[in-house]
Amino acid sequence: MDYNFDNERPIYIQLVEMIRIDIVSGKFKKGQKLPSVRELALMMKVNPNTMQKALVELENEKLIYTERTNGKYVTEDKELIENAKKELAQEKVNNYLKSMQNIGINYDSAIRYLQELGGKNGIS
Amino acid sequence: MELVKCNNLCKEFDNKQILNNVNLTIPKGKIIGLLGKNGMGKTTLLKLINDLLTPTSGEVLINGEKPGINSKKIISYLPERTYLDKSMKISQILIFFEEFYEDFNKEKAIKLLKDLDLDINSKVSKMSKGMQEKLQLILVMSREAQLYILDEPLGGVDPATRDYILDTILSNFSEGASVIISTHLISDIERILDEVIFIDKGKIILTSSADELRTKENASIDEIFRRCFKC
Repeated sequence: MDYNFDNERPIYIQLVEMIRIDIVSGKFKKGQKLPSVRELALMMKVNPNTMQKALVELENEKLIYTERTNGKYVTEDKELIENAKKELAQEKVNNYLKSMQNIGINYDSAIRYLQELGGKNGIS
Repeated sequence: MELVKCNNLCKEFDNKQILNNVNLTIPKGKIIGLLGKNGMGKTTLLKLINDLLTPTSGEVLINGEKPGINSKKIISYLPERTYLDKSMKISQILIFFEEFYEDFNKEKAIKLLKDLDLDINSKVSKMSKGMQEKLQLILVMSREAQLYILDEPLGGVDPATRDYILDTILSNFSEGASVIISTHLISDIERILDEVIFIDKGKIILTSSADELRTKENASIDEIFRRCFKC
C-alpha cells in the first residue's frame, strides 16, 4: 500500500487519519491485534516515534487499546467504530456539498447530481 | 544523559570562524535533520562529533565523555565521500568491518547486499557510483550503533535511490539509537524526522520538533527552510 504524506501538516496527525480509515473500513478488523509500532512505522515508511505518537492519539480516542506486554489491539466496541465512520462520512459529505456550492450548485441539485452521476461511475 | 552535547563549540580555520558558539543536545532515540545550505558548517560539526577535528574552543561530549575510542565504538559515521579501498572485494570489506567494529552485524550486511543483488565477490571499483554509495550505507547501517551520523546521504543520487536510502535507514537503525542526517534536500527526508536543526553561517538558528514546527508555521519544513534562508 502506498501512503502519501502532505509535508505541510504534522505527520502524526496524518497517520492518525490513515489508521482511523483503516479501522473504519475494516482493513484492521474489530479486536484485531495491530502490528508492532516498528512494523507499522516501516509499513507506512515513517519514524517509529511519530507512529508511537499517532497510536497514543488513537488510544485516546479509544479506537485502539493496549494490552499490557501483549501489544495493541483494535477496539471491540462496534459502536465506537460506527461513530468514527459516521464522523468521517459527515466530513466527506460536508466537503462534497461545499465544493458543489463553490461551483454554484445548491443542496438539492447536489443530491440529484449524486444520484445521476454517482451511479454512472459504477459506485453504488 | 544526552547522547551528544556541544557546549560553546567553536571551530576556526585560518582565522575564519566556521562554527560559532554552538550549543546543542542530541537526545537518544530520535531522528534529527541537520539542515543548512552548503558551506554553513554541517560537515565541520559532524566531524567534530566524530573526533576527526578538534574544537578551537568549547567542547563536544558523547555520553558525557570527550570524543575518542569510546565514542567511535558507538557512532556509525557515513562521511560525505567514500573511504572504501576500491581495489577490495566486497567480501574483504565485510571482513575489514567485522574486525574493526565489535557491533558490526555481518549477516545483516550480507542480507541487505543480497536484496540489491550485489555479488560479494565483486570489486568496489567495478561497481557504479550509485552502487558504491549504497554499499557504504549498508556497511554503516549494519552496525548496531547508538548513534548514526549520515553526512549528505542523499547527495547526487536519483529519486528512486533516495527512497531506497530512506527505507534502509528507517528499517535498520537500532532500537533506541539516534540518527543525525545532514542534508539540504529537505523535502525528500522531512517525513522521517523527529527534530530539525537549522544551521546557518556556523550558528544554530533553530531547533524544534518537526511536527510542532509544521503546526506553528502551517507549512512544510522545506518551505520554512526556504523562507528562513531566502537569498
